[in-house]
Amino acid sequence: MIYFDNVSKLYPPDSVALDQVTFSVEPGEFVSVVGQSGAGKSTLLKMLLAEEPPSQGKVFFESLELGDLPLAELTNVRRRIGTVFQDFRLLPHKTAHENIAFAMEVAGQLDETIMADVPQVLELVGLSDKSQHFPHELSGGEKQRVAIARALVNRPDVVIADEPTGNLDPVNTADIVKLLVKINELGTVVILATHNRDIVNHLGRRVITLEKGRVVRDEKEGKYVL
Amino acid sequence: MFTVNFRRITSSGLINFWRNGWISFATILVMVLTLFMLGGLILTNVVLTSVITSLEDKVDITAYFRLDAPEADILAMRDSILKLGEVKSVEYVSRDQALAVFQERHKENALITQSLQELGSNPLGASLNVKARDPSEYEAIANFLEGNVFSNILDKVDYRQNQVVIDRLSRILAASRKVGIAISLVLALIAFLVAFNTIRMAIYTSREEIRVMKLVGASNWYTRGPFLVEGFLHGLVASIIAMAAFYPLTWWLGGKIQEFAGGPNLFSYYKSNFLEFFLVLFLAGIILGVVSSSIAIRRYMRV
Repeated sequence: MIYFDNVSKLYPPDSVALDQVTFSVEPGEFVSVVGQSGAGKSTLLKMLLAEEPPSQGKVFFESLELGDLPLAELTNVRRRIGTVFQDFRLLPHKTAHENIAFAMEVAGQLDETIMADVPQVLELVGLSDKSQHFPHELSGGEKQRVAIARALVNRPDVVIADEPTGNLDPVNTADIVKLLVKINELGTVVILATHNRDIVNHLGRRVITLEKGRVVRDEKEGKYVL
Repeated sequence: MFTVNFRRITSSGLINFWRNGWISFATILVMVLTLFMLGGLILTNVVLTSVITSLEDKVDITAYFRLDAPEADILAMRDSILKLGEVKSVEYVSRDQALAVFQERHKENALITQSLQELGSNPLGASLNVKARDPSEYEAIANFLEGNVFSNILDKVDYRQNQVVIDRLSRILAASRKVGIAISLVLALIAFLVAFNTIRMAIYTSREEIRVMKLVGASNWYTRGPFLVEGFLHGLVASIIAMAAFYPLTWWLGGKIQEFAGGPNLFSYYKSNFLEFFLVLFLAGIILGVVSSSIAIRRYMRV
């Protein structure tokens, strides 16, 4: 479903963020990408969203090569990928409800569908009572749950989570991870970048370990080993 | 789908305009100043043009004829002058008219009145008063008068006496038009740049938002649209405020400037040209708002 073919990313003058990375992700998988800060986890996820182009190699989403796609098609691919960031990246001037609705609007959903689905997904993440709150009125954990709801609402094929628990306390962290597992059980591919050892060891799923931009380990039921 | 998207973009722009209160306020304030400057330039130009026109109107040359010049010859000369392209108008003043004007002007002066009576006859000759379309053409007209077949009945042309003053005046008038245009352009450019930069800053504060919109899967137009709507609203509100501010200003200044420069009353100009004036400010406002926003947002669209 997702295929990285010998991908490298260089930042001038001589910083290597990714070095000949090759791996693939099958439908239904839950993949943790681990590594120290600066190991290339975020860069890898950016390549997948085509937020930045690789310096070398190719990234495929199904049969589509992301580097080749015209903007309109890239937009379509992005709508099939839900993203969750460490810093939440909610739209500050929109309420929780509007933030989620926005993702549906850009995907061209009907108003009736939006009105029906947004409350459902808010309930799923446990924020029904805060739908009219602005991001600055929500706690970190709540913001992240809004972000997850936004990532989920279009029923994406893939959810990418870049350090989603990086800014959260242990209780909120556990909640977010449970949510991600639930999403995965519903059939969505989850790619989780993290350096939280407990999460990875607790999950017992596939782990890709990055070190200085290279894949040094890729295990089916991996542990957090650095 | 187009109408749905249009509605969503418009309402999103409206909501952002409202929720971005302070940024909207600051942007509108700067745009009001810019439009105010533009309106000021237009009004200044109105006054300047009318002052220049009235000055130009005061410049003329007069050909004085000898006392014994036959009226038929003078009228023939007038007709030939009228055929010149440079000439705007020719006024014939007969000897009797000249005397009447002279007496009227000096009726308070007993000495002059008395002298005229003692003289018994009319000492004043007939004259032709010529106005040119452009002050720089008086030289050619004077030459034509002096070289005419009837020049033997000519007493004098007062252009030669006033030549230096007329030349200088026409140079000053030409220069003040040019300087006026140049200053207007520079001021308008400065005002535009200030407003443009303010809008750029406003969009700069939204760069993360733009990035997020793109990453969530919004198309370029869907991302850009609300900002253009906001830009439109900034321009609209700013032009209304600027227009409103001109009401008391022209009311207050109108009479004073009219008295000082002899030009038209700005307040009546404002009232009689209200729609055109508003349209200029409104168009300038929305073009400034929408174009600046779309230029400023371009660099953040490359995600």
